[in-house]
Amino acid sequence: MLPSGAARRRGPKHALFILLALCALLGPALAQSFPPLAGRVVDAANLLGAEQRRALEAKLKAHEDRTTDQVVVATVPSLGGTSIEDFANRLFRHWQLGQKARNNGVLLLVAPNERKVRIEVGYGLEGALTDALSGVIIRTAMAPRFRAGDFAGGIDAGVDAVLSILTGDAEEWQRRAKVRADDHGELDWFTVAFMLVILIIVIRAFFRNGGGPSRYHRSRGGSWVILPTPGGGWGGGFSGGGGFGGGFFGGGGSSGGGGASGSW
Amino acid sequence: MVGTGLRIGLLAGLLSLVLAGCGINNVPTLEERAKAAWAEVQNQYQRRADLIPNLVETVKGYAQQEREVLTQVIEARAKATSVRVDASTITDPAKFREFQEAQNQLSGALGRLLATVENYPDLKSNQNFLALQSQLEGTENRIAVARRDYIQTVQAYNTELRTIPGRWIAAILYPDAKPMEVFTATQGSDRPPQVKF
Repeated sequence: MLPSGAARRRGPKHALFILLALCALLGPALAQSFPPLAGRVVDAANLLGAEQRRALEAKLKAHEDRTTDQVVVATVPSLGGTSIEDFANRLFRHWQLGQKARNNGVLLLVAPNERKVRIEVGYGLEGALTDALSGVIIRTAMAPRFRAGDFAGGIDAGVDAVLSILTGDAEEWQRRAKVRADDHGELDWFTVAFMLVILIIVIRAFFRNGGGPSRYHRSRGGSWVILPTPGGGWGGGFSGGGGFGGGFFGGGGSSGGGGASGSW
Repeated sequence: MVGTGLRIGLLAGLLSLVLAGCGINNVPTLEERAKAAWAEVQNQYQRRADLIPNLVETVKGYAQQEREVLTQVIEARAKATSVRVDASTITDPAKFREFQEAQNQLSGALGRLLATVENYPDLKSNQNFLALQSQLEGTENRIAVARRDYIQTVQAYNTELRTIPGRWIAAILYPDAKPMEVFTATQGSDRPPQVKF
């Protein structure tokens, strides 16, 4: 079978160009290595003391238990050459912060060596923690303290501000139905039912005239019937949310780049 | 003895299942995903266009004499919003380039405007302006994310169209399926305008 005219008109040159463009774009993504999501505070740049980290984690856990919002603080020693916006968005999606149905995660990212800070907001919280509010938090609560070298104080003040905004809006938030819910990765029950019905008919037909001298007879075992697995989007994620048995997982949420960044 | 008709019917049913297993639905599935990602790109560009009149008004109040830069922004916005965008834009290289160039021009004009603002300390500390600036930066960043997502979904779709067996399946079942265009990186266009405080 010949390929369609459209596929043929675009020569290999075109395909090669697209491939090269994609390589250039995906290159930095592959080069980045993200720290594992070990807890609600991932201090890879060692800015916080043990006591401060515990206090922050307790604060964030209390907030999540109350509202299911997943707020995570991360500090990284390097952004791997990319912008903090790009890095924060990839890290957010890598960790899948927020519940899958609500996308209610927030990532507070500090890169002390690049002197950059970002509040990355999941889709579902963009209405509460707006870009403008995130910008105000960074400008007024965080950047001045960072400038003075007080990282722990700046992070703590930033977390307090984020939580107070999220809490103030919590009731309004709960009334809202699923906001920008992801729908991929769902099972297509119609397909499953259809496949089962066909399978049953086939099996019954084979049993009913089992002795017949047919070509199908040989394959009665039916092992060659390959059932397609339905669904399977990339955003799989963990269901249920974090905080079970001491471990902490992202709930499957995503972010479209909401929030604000700043430097000091 | 079951009739040959039924046998053939059963075989056809089985065949379609096996084919579904090896991705007969991949082309339309990936196409829809890419179209959704494109809708998000358009959505974010539209959001940026909606923010600009407010920004221009605010800047005007403080920097009346920067008429040239302001006019450039207004003109670039008018041009960008006048580019007609429909479903065929993503499979038509010429139309796609037109869309991209208009938006890039607007990005450039906005960048110049925000650089000019540096000379006006009163404006820079104006709360209204700061809020607008945060929104604009946020939108630029969302555009970058939406473009990245779009490029990734189009990559999956184009790969499916160009590799076997997707290529055969498309030739037989989806002869209308065409490869989609992706954004080409221009110098600095995928970065939000940098503003130092």
